[in-house]
Amino acid sequence: MAILERTAKGLLLLEIIRGMFLTLRYFFKGNVTINYPYEKGPISPRFRGEHVLRRYPNGEERCIACKLCEAVCPAQAITIEAEPRSDESRRTTRYDIDMTKCIYCGYCQEACPVDAIVEGPNFEFATETREELIYNKEKLLANGDRWETEIANSLAADAPYR
Amino acid sequence: MAEFWDVYAWPFIWIVLKIFFIIVPLLVAVAYLTYAERKVIGFMQLRMGPNVVGPFGLLQPFADGLKLLTKEAIIPTGSNKVVFLLAPMLTFTLGLIGWAVIPVDEGIVLSDINVGILYLFAISSLGVYGIIMAGWASNSIYPFLGALRSAAQMVSYEVSIGFVIVTVMLAVGSLNLSDIVLAQKELWFFIPLFPMFVIFFISALAETNRAPFDLPEAEAELVSGYNVEYSAMAFALFFLGEYANMILMSAMTVILFLGGWLPPFDVSVFTWIPGIVWFTIKVACVLFVFLWVRATLPRYRYDQLMRLGWKVFLPFSLAWVVITAGAIVAFDWFPQ
Repeated sequence: MAILERTAKGLLLLEIIRGMFLTLRYFFKGNVTINYPYEKGPISPRFRGEHVLRRYPNGEERCIACKLCEAVCPAQAITIEAEPRSDESRRTTRYDIDMTKCIYCGYCQEACPVDAIVEGPNFEFATETREELIYNKEKLLANGDRWETEIANSLAADAPYR
Repeated sequence: MAEFWDVYAWPFIWIVLKIFFIIVPLLVAVAYLTYAERKVIGFMQLRMGPNVVGPFGLLQPFADGLKLLTKEAIIPTGSNKVVFLLAPMLTFTLGLIGWAVIPVDEGIVLSDINVGILYLFAISSLGVYGIIMAGWASNSIYPFLGALRSAAQMVSYEVSIGFVIVTVMLAVGSLNLSDIVLAQKELWFFIPLFPMFVIFFISALAETNRAPFDLPEAEAELVSGYNVEYSAMAFALFFLGEYANMILMSAMTVILFLGGWLPPFDVSVFTWIPGIVWFTIKVACVLFVFLWVRATLPRYRYDQLMRLGWKVFLPFSLAWVVITAGAIVAFDWFPQ
């Protein structure tokens, strides 16, 4: 009897027809892909993208060269050199991040006592050469100026959960 | 001189023009079939399909064609060059010449021969040569395996296609494709011969190497089968030939079972629309099912494919030939 049932099912193509109607239903469902370069998906406030060095609203850089980020970095991607500035405040003279080494774990951001180094929402920083991915202080500060609004917003949005 | 023009030159020019008017729409149809395939499968997978080149990506096929035209044609050193280059041309030509006998409307057919269906059957069977030649001439393992699979598959399914055609012949009493269409004036053949319609359609999928029978080009195992070594325009010719073949098989399905250019009901609103439009719509519907099947079904295993061809379709279609013939004799339904 089971053989008969199976044969009948096979000959009448029941399963295949059921499958066909499933795909037909999906055909009219409308697509879920986003048109990427023109449309982008939402990003969490905690998203860990390209690094930036932030400034205070008066234009003073936040980084105090405590080197906690350099110490915590598991990939050892951060290199910092520091010496006192003319006004005797401690500042970095060199702040390099090798983006090819970075694993985007976000520990530098966690370690920073002044919210200076932050991983911003930008994930589109592909380059044509390897050298361009070794970021120096100017590049990171420029990034900070570029993404300040977004970063301030996402830090504020995430603050209650910290 | 006047005799030369009247007897030879004008008929020749007239035929060339007619061929032109068949080939150009056909090639445009092939181009847009590739586009439709990507769109349909995209939509069934909740994607968008090509949408960048031109409005809704409508110029995508031409962009692809241009790309393939401008690429370098690589001929492998170990290959048999003549056969290697002949194979895509053969596939492409065979995809086109079948259209010589396809009636797209009453009287609109290049050559209304009385053995039209046999001619079509022969042409679709010859298609395997292009693939075998490509596989052999490439002198490479994957193309060779793909070609062998393809040959075995096409031979297997041609048998049941043959029996399906015999059944239709029994019901019509003619081998002329226009007569076959006109015999369906009362009732399209897919209703009385429904099982054969299904067998024919599935065999057509196997004959054109389409999913779920696309083993000759199984990407996962054979990279892409018999056309691995091909590039540029030679590859494009394979592709065009394959899709022209798909359209040809759909046209065959429409003529044998779906009433060719006849409107679905013989009422005035439907008969106002010219037959060629009905024909095109029907072919498009069959082609949609081709794409739909591809988006739905996974590939058969090779032994399953052979089992289906020889142990299911062959006895089934053979039995149906006998049943049809018996019914025609028993109830005296001989076609006039």
